[in-house]
Amino acid sequence: MASTSAPKRSLVLQRRETVVSYLFLLPALFFFVGFVLTPMAMGVVTSFTDSSFQNTNTGSSFVFLDNYIRLFQDPIFLKSAVNTVVIVVVAVPTVTAFSLWVGSAIYKMHAAARSFFRCVFYLPVVTGSVAVVVVWKWMFDKYNGLFNYVIRAMGGEGLMWTESEQMALWCIILILFTTSIGQPIVLYVSALGNVDNSLVEAAQVDGATDLQVFWKIKWPSIMPTTLYVAVITTINSFQCFALIQLLTSGGPNYSTSTVMYYLYEIAFRTTKEFGYADAMGVVLAIVIALFSALQFKVMNGGTTE
Amino acid sequence: MSGKKQRITPYFIISVILLIALAIFFLFPLYWIVTGSVKEKSDIIIKAGESVKWLPTTISWDNFARLFKSQTTLFGIGMPMALRWLFNSVFISVVAMALTCFSASLAGYALAKKRFWGQGFVFSLFVCAMALPKQVILIPLLREMSILHLVDTTWGSIFAVIFPVVGWPFGVFLMKQFSEGIPSSLLEAARIDGAGEVKTFLNVALPIIQPGIGALAIFTFINAWNEYPLQLIMLSKSEAKTIALGIAGLQSEMSNDYGLIMAGAALAAVPIILVFLAFQKYFTQGITMGAVKG
Repeated sequence: MASTSAPKRSLVLQRRETVVSYLFLLPALFFFVGFVLTPMAMGVVTSFTDSSFQNTNTGSSFVFLDNYIRLFQDPIFLKSAVNTVVIVVVAVPTVTAFSLWVGSAIYKMHAAARSFFRCVFYLPVVTGSVAVVVVWKWMFDKYNGLFNYVIRAMGGEGLMWTESEQMALWCIILILFTTSIGQPIVLYVSALGNVDNSLVEAAQVDGATDLQVFWKIKWPSIMPTTLYVAVITTINSFQCFALIQLLTSGGPNYSTSTVMYYLYEIAFRTTKEFGYADAMGVVLAIVIALFSALQFKVMNGGTTE
Repeated sequence: MSGKKQRITPYFIISVILLIALAIFFLFPLYWIVTGSVKEKSDIIIKAGESVKWLPTTISWDNFARLFKSQTTLFGIGMPMALRWLFNSVFISVVAMALTCFSASLAGYALAKKRFWGQGFVFSLFVCAMALPKQVILIPLLREMSILHLVDTTWGSIFAVIFPVVGWPFGVFLMKQFSEGIPSSLLEAARIDGAGEVKTFLNVALPIIQPGIGALAIFTFINAWNEYPLQLIMLSKSEAKTIALGIAGLQSEMSNDYGLIMAGAALAAVPIILVFLAFQKYFTQGITMGAVKG
């Protein structure tokens, strides 16, 4: 966007504008460089060292790729990586499809009804993970929980929920789902409201069914929103942490540990090896970037040109 | 909204029934927090063979009394620890909100409306950082904050939570989107009238980007309030904890006292829900504007 129509401006004026611009940018750059870029760089550098809580005073040394090699031989890391992929692969399509369904069901409603539903589905996002998780934990409780009460009242046998290796991850995914659909719904409601109505009407005049109208007209025009929703849901699912830390602490037997959770456990709870944990962070960041780029490619390929 | 009136079809009726069922499912945890916080112990424990108390049989403030038992002081005023946590949450959110709105609106304006050396580079730096997961910087961030000796004190650690939230580039990105809408002719006119840079920004740009600042303010407030992982690693002293962190601590220490935990959860959830409901319009706007492909 730079250098559009300014060949005739004098050098002095250009220099002045540069100085003024950086003065405007100064506060934002201070916080951004100081507390986002610097730790990013520190993380990458540390991931090549054996830095840990034990050698904070004595100093750490470079171990090159040792941390990265160790990652792929660490069974708990591999288990956490599999769990993370399961969460992403289950959550992203369900969240996207479900929020699209809610969005299309409510966008034509009366304004009051529309904002009521939008609000309801957004509330778990607003209240934050902690308040949401403590109440879910109570509902999942095998003795005092509401779910087991209902099951027993109907004559069934109470379930273990978060204490069972088979079920715990699904409990996490369920809560993650309820805290993830709020933003996509808001986006879909506004995207569907912006679909060119004359196209829809023209198609209806030509005798197109509702389903045809949806796939041929609405779906292509809300594609950018779908892409955005898929990307943010992917990033959020990869980073799912608070739910796990509060609900299961990665257990039972690491069945709900994710890369993000294992990273936290290594850095702050167990061995406190910062270098090793940072290597995990770098791998996670690369994987997220790759996934987002892939989604971008796949979904764009389906619509444009 | 004319021209796309909802037709009443069987599909529509089924959708509405499903939506209402889902709405109940989504609202229920909240209902369970609020009612749980005022239930007596005997109503909370579900005994085999007895029916669940869907409503409290009596309203009891006993859970809140236990929540407020532990005392502390703030600026020399005695107060329950739980209120101090609530104060910290509000303080972190308000300061992060003010700093973000200030820095991001200036930066967004410059990126959208000025032409300067290094512009493309600075902007792509912001955008690239936004695509990366923010939690992967937690560990190096903690080390940076201990080198700066911020985590050693109560107030220092509180600011250690605020600064990274302010640094997150989403706000700059959002404000750049809004600033694109400032007509360059107005800026030119102000310059010809002899207005300085600051005056031009305040009198011409600011009124136009005000809705954007509103959206960013509410967005940052709620984000800072819910920035749990960052709070978890930075805030170790009890006086520095936020309400979310305080509740998480209660849950791990007294995991069976559900009444107490629900009272804490209510204290954490109700204020932020009120803020959200009051500024809902701005919020929806902020989410939608932020997603405009840039």
